[in-house]
Amino acid sequence: MGEKMLMKGNEAIAEAAIQAGCRFFFGYPITPQNQIPEYMSKRLPKIEGGCFLQAESEVAAINMVYGAAGAGARVMTSSSSPGISLKQEGISYIVGAELPCVIVNMVRGGPGLGSIQPAQSDYYQSTRGGGHGDYRMLVLAPSSVQEAVELTQEAFDLADKYRNPVLIMGDGLIGQMMEPVEMPERKEKAELPEKTWAATGWKPGCGRDRAIINSLYIDPAVLEKHVNKLYAKYAVMEETECRWQEEMTEDADYVIVAYGTTARIARSAMRKLRDEGIKAGLIRPITLWPFPAAPIAKAAEHAKAFLTVEMSMGQMVDDVKLAVEGKKPVHFFGRTGGIVPTVREIITQVEELAKGGK
Amino acid sequence: MAVVYEKTKLLTEKPLHYCPGCTHGIIHRLVAEAIDELGIQEKTIGIAPVGCAVFAYDYFNVDMMEAAHGRAPAVATGCKRVNPNNIVFTYQGDGDLASIGAAEITHAATRGENITVIFVNNAIYGMTGGQMAPTTLPGQVTTTSPYGRDPKLCGYPIRVSEMLATLDGPAYISRVSVHDVKHIMEAKKSIKKAFETQIAGKGFSLVEVLSACPTNWGMTPQEALKWLEANMIPQYPLGVKKEVE
Repeated sequence: MGEKMLMKGNEAIAEAAIQAGCRFFFGYPITPQNQIPEYMSKRLPKIEGGCFLQAESEVAAINMVYGAAGAGARVMTSSSSPGISLKQEGISYIVGAELPCVIVNMVRGGPGLGSIQPAQSDYYQSTRGGGHGDYRMLVLAPSSVQEAVELTQEAFDLADKYRNPVLIMGDGLIGQMMEPVEMPERKEKAELPEKTWAATGWKPGCGRDRAIINSLYIDPAVLEKHVNKLYAKYAVMEETECRWQEEMTEDADYVIVAYGTTARIARSAMRKLRDEGIKAGLIRPITLWPFPAAPIAKAAEHAKAFLTVEMSMGQMVDDVKLAVEGKKPVHFFGRTGGIVPTVREIITQVEELAKGGK
Repeated sequence: MAVVYEKTKLLTEKPLHYCPGCTHGIIHRLVAEAIDELGIQEKTIGIAPVGCAVFAYDYFNVDMMEAAHGRAPAVATGCKRVNPNNIVFTYQGDGDLASIGAAEITHAATRGENITVIFVNNAIYGMTGGQMAPTTLPGQVTTTSPYGRDPKLCGYPIRVSEMLATLDGPAYISRVSVHDVKHIMEAKKSIKKAFETQIAGKGFSLVEVLSACPTNWGMTPQEALKWLEANMIPQYPLGVKKEVE
């Protein structure tokens, strides 16, 4: 571990990406993620082989990512909700062409231009695909600047391992707040295969087939086969990449499920509820896809009820309900539009459940 | 017996899917010959468009990427920035480049992105069945301008080469045609020149090639070539629009 530094979430993510070997960044300004491209524009030109380019649009930026990833590079882009919507076309093509890359979404309030304040209302978009077609991608949701650093570094390995984009889903708070962080020493790449599929130049007899980076399969039978291959990868991801954190769930009557910034607030609420004598627990999904259904299903065996807390009108709550399978009531509390729920609000929600014996 | 003509090895054995009389085949051959003659096969990466040339990755015997509609210049940018020693070209039609991809081509040009663009202008959307393109001539009948393109309703055709030539970034821009042998020879020279511009590291190069679409123009191949010469060239004058020494 390096020395402890005080860093803004956005800058820490950018530095973590560089430490992970990312040398190419293509982005477009949008609040509240501007410190990522700004940091990259300062650092990358000073690193040999590094390139920062401010694209003409989010659409162009994600397609530059496609070209760079297709050429075999570690590459990243970042944006915030409206910009991520624009990138969806490119993300779908990147998944189809099986290219690795890392995409950061510092989520802000929506729909439309919405607000520039933190939100989690892009959960459906992030976990259900977002663009057109049958696909999934790994979605990592840090709840501190330190975790954002670690997940960003890992995201590049995961992207290369599965030849699939990895989305880091933060929110305005994760991006903007400053916290002490340690930049982990750069680990040697976990045995990752050579990118023999990349388009780097070919001639007959050069030892590999001609590279064709492509998502078009005009024959339906061939496309179905291709999509089945993608889903075989997703099955492995579901089996091996699911991550979450549990606190005081073993004896909990009321289990709060929350992620990212909201999970930090929920943790404070959970501890205060324990002080009051109400047995509360917390499950914090770290991967939003694949969704950690197992610990929720386990908690459903003994808990009286669940409370999902989100900075949205209720999106992850659907996945919690699927995991609980109707065994116990699943309640929801959320604030939206850029409003952050308070510890007090969450406590009140659980107190009401306890009072009503729900 | 002396060999007077043979197919360039820079095209694969895959039969072209283009319609009879379509000039994409000629343009493919010119691009492939240029790559072959310059000896850059193992450095070249081609970026295919969305449009009639969508399967270009099956035909050019080099590493290829297939881009989303209009995004080829952005894909080429990412590719070239990663491996600046590669020779990167895009092959795009007029709907792809001049309409949905207008931002990507303009900004790649103004950045002086060291790539080569082969821009095939046939004044119509071919693959989707003959709809109006940004390059469709005033009065030209298409499936979405059945009464003829009315500039009052949908504006005027875009002269891409002239427009991009106003920018400081491009190093070489020219417009050529493939309606007869003489012009095909000139087109070949211009395409080669564009690749040489990139090899020399001078920056962005683009060759606009006026091309015939007999199927969607509703003409025989011979009529289409005559129509191109009589109607497209007056609207899209041939020649070098910009050249930086």
